[in-house]
This record gives sequence, C-alpha cells and structure tokens, in this order.
Amino acid sequence: MVHVSLAVNGRPASADVDPRTLLVQFLRENLRLTGTHVGCDTSQCGACVVHVDGRAIKSCTVLAASCDGAQVTTIEGLAAHGKLHPMQQAFQDNHGLQCGFCTPGMIMASVDLVNRLGPNIDEAAIRHGLEGNICRCTGYHNIVKSIAQGAREMGAAATPQAAE
Amino acid sequence: MGVTALGASVKRTEDIRFITGKGRYVDDVNRPGQAFAYFLRSPHAHATIAKVDLGAALKAPGVVAIFTGDDIAADKVGGLICGWMIHSKDGSPMKAGAHPALAQGKVRYVGDHVAVVIADTFAQAREAGEKIEVQYTELPAVADTASAAHSGQAQIHDAAPGNTAYNWHLGDKAATDAAFASAAHVTKIDLVNNRLIPNAMEPRAALGDYDSGTDTITLYTTSQNPHVARLVLSAFIGLAPEHKLRVIAPDVGGGFGSKIFIYAEETVCAWAAKKIDRPVKWTSDRTEAFLSDAHGRDHVTHAELALDAGDKITGLRVHTIANLGAYLSTFASSVPTYLYGTLLSGQYAIPSIYCEVDAVYTNTAPVDAYRGAGRPEATFVIERMVEVAARETGQDPAEFRRKNFITSFPHQTPVIMAYDAGDYAGALDKALALADYKGLPARKAASASKGKLRGLGMSAYIEACGIAPSAAVGSLGAGVGLWESAEVRVNPIGTVEVLTGAHSHGQGHETTFAQLVSSRLGIPMENVSIVHGDTDKVQMGMGTYGSRSGAVGMSAIFKALDKIEAKAKKVAGHVLEASEHDIEFKDGKFTVKGTDKSIDFGSVALQAYVAHKFNGQELEPGLKEGAFWDPTNFTFPAGVHICELEIDPQTGVVTIDRWTAVDDFGKLINPMIVEGQVHGGIAQGVGQALLEGAHYDNNGQLLTASFMDYCMPRADNLPSFKVETIETVCPSNPLGIKGCGEAGAIASPPAVINALTDALGHEDVTMPATPQVVWRAAQKALIKRAAE
Repeated sequence: MVHVSLAVNGRPASADVDPRTLLVQFLRENLRLTGTHVGCDTSQCGACVVHVDGRAIKSCTVLAASCDGAQVTTIEGLAAHGKLHPMQQAFQDNHGLQCGFCTPGMIMASVDLVNRLGPNIDEAAIRHGLEGNICRCTGYHNIVKSIAQGAREMGAAATPQAAE
Repeated sequence: MGVTALGASVKRTEDIRFITGKGRYVDDVNRPGQAFAYFLRSPHAHATIAKVDLGAALKAPGVVAIFTGDDIAADKVGGLICGWMIHSKDGSPMKAGAHPALAQGKVRYVGDHVAVVIADTFAQAREAGEKIEVQYTELPAVADTASAAHSGQAQIHDAAPGNTAYNWHLGDKAATDAAFASAAHVTKIDLVNNRLIPNAMEPRAALGDYDSGTDTITLYTTSQNPHVARLVLSAFIGLAPEHKLRVIAPDVGGGFGSKIFIYAEETVCAWAAKKIDRPVKWTSDRTEAFLSDAHGRDHVTHAELALDAGDKITGLRVHTIANLGAYLSTFASSVPTYLYGTLLSGQYAIPSIYCEVDAVYTNTAPVDAYRGAGRPEATFVIERMVEVAARETGQDPAEFRRKNFITSFPHQTPVIMAYDAGDYAGALDKALALADYKGLPARKAASASKGKLRGLGMSAYIEACGIAPSAAVGSLGAGVGLWESAEVRVNPIGTVEVLTGAHSHGQGHETTFAQLVSSRLGIPMENVSIVHGDTDKVQMGMGTYGSRSGAVGMSAIFKALDKIEAKAKKVAGHVLEASEHDIEFKDGKFTVKGTDKSIDFGSVALQAYVAHKFNGQELEPGLKEGAFWDPTNFTFPAGVHICELEIDPQTGVVTIDRWTAVDDFGKLINPMIVEGQVHGGIAQGVGQALLEGAHYDNNGQLLTASFMDYCMPRADNLPSFKVETIETVCPSNPLGIKGCGEAGAIASPPAVINALTDALGHEDVTMPATPQVVWRAAQKALIKRAAE
C-alpha cells in the first residue's frame, strides 16, 4: 500500500491505496465522487477528465500516488458558492448533453480549453480542441455552441469592467 | 412559475444533476458487502471446451466463487432467448441455437462467456480468472457474412444446418418478376451495409443484490427496458417470479439499441447474487463492450429496380444476406425482416416489391437492433438505388425522386406498411432551397479550381416508428405487445407524479413528459416529476427504442390525463355544486359554464383526498389514474437530408461542407430536444458512412476492439448542421407526433455516399469510406476524367 494525500475540490483527502490505483478509482471508489466517469480503457473518450493543479488530465491515465500533494478539481467542485460555472450553465442552455455520461469530462476539458486558448476561441479551434473527448449522443453540434457561450461568459467574468 | 406549452424549447430539468456530476448510473451504485465479477471470455471464435480447471483460481486471494456453464445447467437457469419468431418462406420456424449464459461445451465467438469469477475486489477476480485453465479444441471459424451459408463451412449450431437461421421473404414475387420482364430500364446495385458497434459512452454494468429475508433479487442494470428484462429473466430464464425480482435501470448513459437486450452478464450477476447471498457487481470495460455488446447492421445485398419508359418505378427486387452473429440476441430476428423489408418502398409509389433475406450465423458477436434497426439498411438500399437509377437515366436525382413520390394518403405499400400522412415533395422543396441546390454548379467549379472534388447527395428517407400496434406485431411474430403504460398520481397539494414504462437514457423524458402534464393540467413543470426505470415503482412497461416514447409513451400519459380530468370534473362538480357536465377545465381551472364560479386544480386535488364534499360510495376518493396505450398504426417520420462535401483527391480526406435536414416528425413537443436527437443521429450515420466499421479477421478475431482501432466520430469530423422541420400531423395518436430518435441515423449514410459518388463520378465506394477508400476511388475518378 502507498499513502496518498491530496486536496480534492478544496478538501483534504488521504488514504492508503494499492499502488496501482488510478486517480479515477481513488475519486470514484475512495471518495465516492462518482461524477467522474470511465468510458474506455485506452485514454480516448475523455469521460474521466479532471483538473490537477489547474490543468486538465485524464484521470484514468494517472496513478493516484503520482498526484500526491496535488490540488484536484472534479465536476462536483466546479460550481462555486452554489452557482453553476459558466461552462456548466452553457451546456444546459444549449442542450449540450443528452445521456450525460460524457458531460463531466466534456465540461472539465472545455474549461481547460478556454483557459488555454482564451474566450474568443472559434468553432474550428473548439472542434479541434475536443479531439480527446467522445460524445455518442449529441453529434457535437450543441456541445460546440455550449463551449462558445461558456468561453464568452468566462471571458466576461474574468474582465467584468469590459462589459461596461 | 407558469405553464409550459407543448412546442416550447424549454431547457431540460434533468441536466442539473448531469452537469454537476450528480447523475446516478449503475456503476455509481454500491451495496454493502458487494463482491465483483470478472468474466473469463473465449479467446477463440469457435472451439469446443474439453475441460475447465478451476483449481489454482479457486485458491487465489479474495475469491468467493467461480461458476461455469455446468453450474448454470445444474441450477436449471434458462438460456437467453430471442423474442421474435420468424418463419422461413417454406413455413418452417427459425432455427435458434441454444444460448446459455455461460458456455456449455462450446464457444462460438471471441468474447463468449466461459466462466465468472467472483471475488472481494475486481482486481482479485481478474487475477484469479487468469489462473483458470481451459482446454479448448479449436474449430474452423466462420466470420464472413456472404459465405457463411456456403457448403463446407464449419457448423456453428447443430440446430441450424448451413449456418442459416431462416430464409425469409416478403412481397409478391410473380408481380415483381412481371414488372422486370416489361421494364424499359433496370438498375442493379450491390451493397454492403457495414457492421457497426454501438458504443454508448456508458459501458454496460450490472449489480445483483439478494435479500434472503424476503427472497427477492434486485438487479441494477443498464437497460432501456427494465420491465422487459424482468419479464425475460423471470418467465424464460427462470431466476425468480416477477414479484420477487426487481429491476432498476437508473440513469443510463446512452443505449442506441444495445441496452435493449438481455445479456449473459446481467443474468449471471442476478443469479450469482442469490447463489452466494452477497451483492455481485460487474462493469464492462470498453474492450469487453466491443466484444460482447450486440453489434448492428452487417448486410450484403443485391438489389434491382425496374423503370417504365416514363421513368416511373415499377418494381423492386432485393436479396439480402444478414449476419446475426453467433447467437440470436433478444430481438435480432426482427431487424433484417419486419423492420427492414417493410420499409423498402421508401417514399415512392412502387407497385411491386419482392424481398428475400437469408439470415446466417457466424462466429462473431450477436447482431441486433442498433439505432434505426433495419430501417437504415432499407433506406440505404432504396436511396442508393434511386440515385443510381437517376444517374443512369440522365435525370436530376431530386426530380426523379419527386416523379416517383407517394402523394396521397393513406398509402398501402406492397410490403405491409400503410403510410398515414406525409408531404414528401414539401420536405424536398424546403431542403433544396435551404441547401442552395441551384448554386451547386458554381460551388463545384470553385472546388475544382482548388483541385478538390465537390459532391452533393440526398436521401429522402422514411421510417416506421412509434413501435407498435400489439396485435399487428403479434401477427408478425413478436413475443410481446408493444403498447405503453402510464400512471398519473395527483398528490393532495396538486403536485403530480407520472409513472411511465418508457425509459430515458438521453432522450429528455423528464422534461418533455412534464411539459405534457404542465400544458394539460395548467400546473408548473416543477410540480411534476417523472418516475421511470424501476419495476417496483412502475408496474409494467415496454421501454424505449424504435422512437416510440413520444408517440406511444406520451399517448399513454395523455389517456391517463383524460381520466384524471374526467374524475377531477366530478370532484369539482360536487365542490361547486354543479353537474360535472357543466364543468369546464381550462388553464388549470375548473369553472361552472357561464358563471364565475371556479376552483383551481390544486384545490380540486385536495378535495379529492379530503373527500368531505361527496359521498364516498358514489365517487371514490383520491385522484390517481392509469392507462395503457396501444397504437393504431406505426408512425411514419420522413424527410430529406442533403449532404454536400469536398474530397481532397491527394489525401482522400472528406470534408462535409454543409448538412441540410428537413424532417417531418408531426407535432413537436420540444424542438430543442428534437433537433438534438437529429444531430446525434446524423453523427452516427456519418460515422457509418465515413469512419466506423467492425472488422473480424478470417479467424473470427475482432480487429477493432478499442477506440484506438474503431473510429468514432469526433467533433472535428463533423460540421454544424442545418436542421429544420415541416409538419404533417400524425393521425395515429392523440398528440399527432411521429418520433425523431432514429431519423438522423437512417437518413444520413446514403446521403453521404450519394454525395461522394456524385463528387467522384463513379459508384465504386464502400462504407466506411475512410480516407484510404476515398483516395483509391478518387484516383479512379481522376483516371476516368482524364480519359474523357
């Protein structure tokens, strides 16, 4: 067993785990944070995307032990102070989800995409940026719309004076 | 909050839990003391099992139990069934090979279930599974659809000589032959409808939980139809009587057909939980899903179309070989027969049709319904056929279609279906305008100037949805009725619970069904909850597939609401001291006709339960009503999809430039959700046309068993879609709706291939038209053009 100690959604979490425990297993099975999903075993689908120290990673591809000391944010921790994150709201506003299974990873990846490429990201860049996330329900049309709206609103939130 | 009308694009109420990570899927459910199951699967496509040695595995750490086919047989666990009887043209019943949940002496595909290991952790179960020693004797494998029935092939089931389940036919052979004998022109095509793997993003999962105190098994499972699962597990597999078996399908992460079926793993988890008196949980990994989820399509077809001298279609002749895989899955037999042959008339007035289908076994995963189920295959045949016929006879493909459209309704086709309503030319006109059909030559020239090949393809599809009138499907071999149930429970304070036998796994029922109740009862949507997916809450239901939950499921709710309204009027009459016949109900208020005396819905609900204002012997207290709705006909969504694309002949890369869809779904409940269904269907159809293909090698090994090898559509493979509708009201249900879930997947493959072949100038393209396929076809096109 190996001792892991990290912060998940701002709360400390520690446990002794089998060294081969993946971060996604630690989140789902030890912490019962079941919003992060497993949709494949080859790091293709992106249903398991979380943020580790502010960057999107596929939590099925990293050992829990290697995240010792990290700050992890999951879909459960994205809404702050009871208010949905602009990207979450955008997915509802634009019908960017159907069955909901890929959605947590899709939203976490989208937030990271906007953090990296900025709020003025265009459709082509959004589509390219989603190559690590698979959705079987939506045909991506409304996901792309959702991310465009979420990006604009993240930009507006970051620079509130710009709106004036 | 106010009332939500039908036809309003309200946001989905279920979204809140999904976007915050609070959805509850089967793998999110845990029961105290649960153990984990690992299925040891056959590495061979076809082999006999001489011996299974469990010795070392049983001694492995954490192992609770290991079961094989012998244990299943000893407990008299019934085999997995196929619930639709098809008769061959000679009248003989289909030949269904035995399908035990764990193999008994023989394995028939890679991924077939040899043993289940149950241990304290999943890792322990898997490690113990690797210690099981199985002595296989390999047999030659049959993997190819077209040659599966040829003499000399290995026999997969003793019960099915020539690896043939049935030789089915439909239509009038003599009349069709006569049409061809007098034809002015005959078009012939050979098609392969490529095999697909559904790949709902949530892998299948099962959690069996046994309560020895009440002798009740609870099965949490990823099901589109938990009541059908309970019926089959109870009545046929014999795990427990229905009142001692509870099936719960909570949030389910997509299905597309693949979660209709009753599979081995779910059966074994439910059975084993009782056997070891401990919860047993299994969650599929993605490679297991590729190997063992029921696949879709896989047809090899030759078709011929007869035209008269006026370019009117006079006959259609189709021969199809359909691959059913190694075993008959739950509804497999219906897909290439009554869901396929019956749609071959398309949108066209065709006087004579004759269709033959040879259904074969192969050493591959079972094949069953996948989004559209038979109707995409039929649409691919007829829409490729009319396109090629138009080109061969030098006609504009749109005008050739228009010339042959059915224009009056009801229309009886020669293949069972009676179309009830439609406006095929209306959809075509609108689609051609939206797609700027007239501007195509200029866009082609612009592409050519950049060295690109541009093409436009259309697909005028029709499907039969709202599945289905029970007596009608019964006469065609269905083992079940395909009605739907609803129960509307009005609480004393006027909030409402609707229990439905439909199941939502992405379709948004919690929103659309609540819209119906809100608009009908005049109460806000947030006062309505939709309950589904639990056989202990909802008494009986048939589930969600075949675009049936609007047309059939909501019609049942509508009928139950009729009864609620009638009962509430009686209560209101007593309260308002008027005859129930003088009570009007509008905008959530009961009013005595011609007076200002009124009472709102919530107050009537309270009065129904307080029961002070009426005699309980004359009028029962309470406000709760149920209904079963059995449709009077299938519904017939139809429309036109137009794909315009550009090929880079240097690389074979295809870029879809624009997609135009004009669909007739009848009345819409929530246009936003309808459009979303169309988008998703198009993506799956484009996936079939350009990207996706399940490939087995000659030994029956699946070469495409991960997302690394099987190309799923990604965001950058697709354009944004232009999706619009026209409306002809469906006369076959009280809401006038037709269903929208499968249209995109049905319409799109021929639209893409018609566009590709238009760009290339020849018809030699197979699905999936990957860059390699398209590059080869483009080289052929360039050579052909250079020669001209």
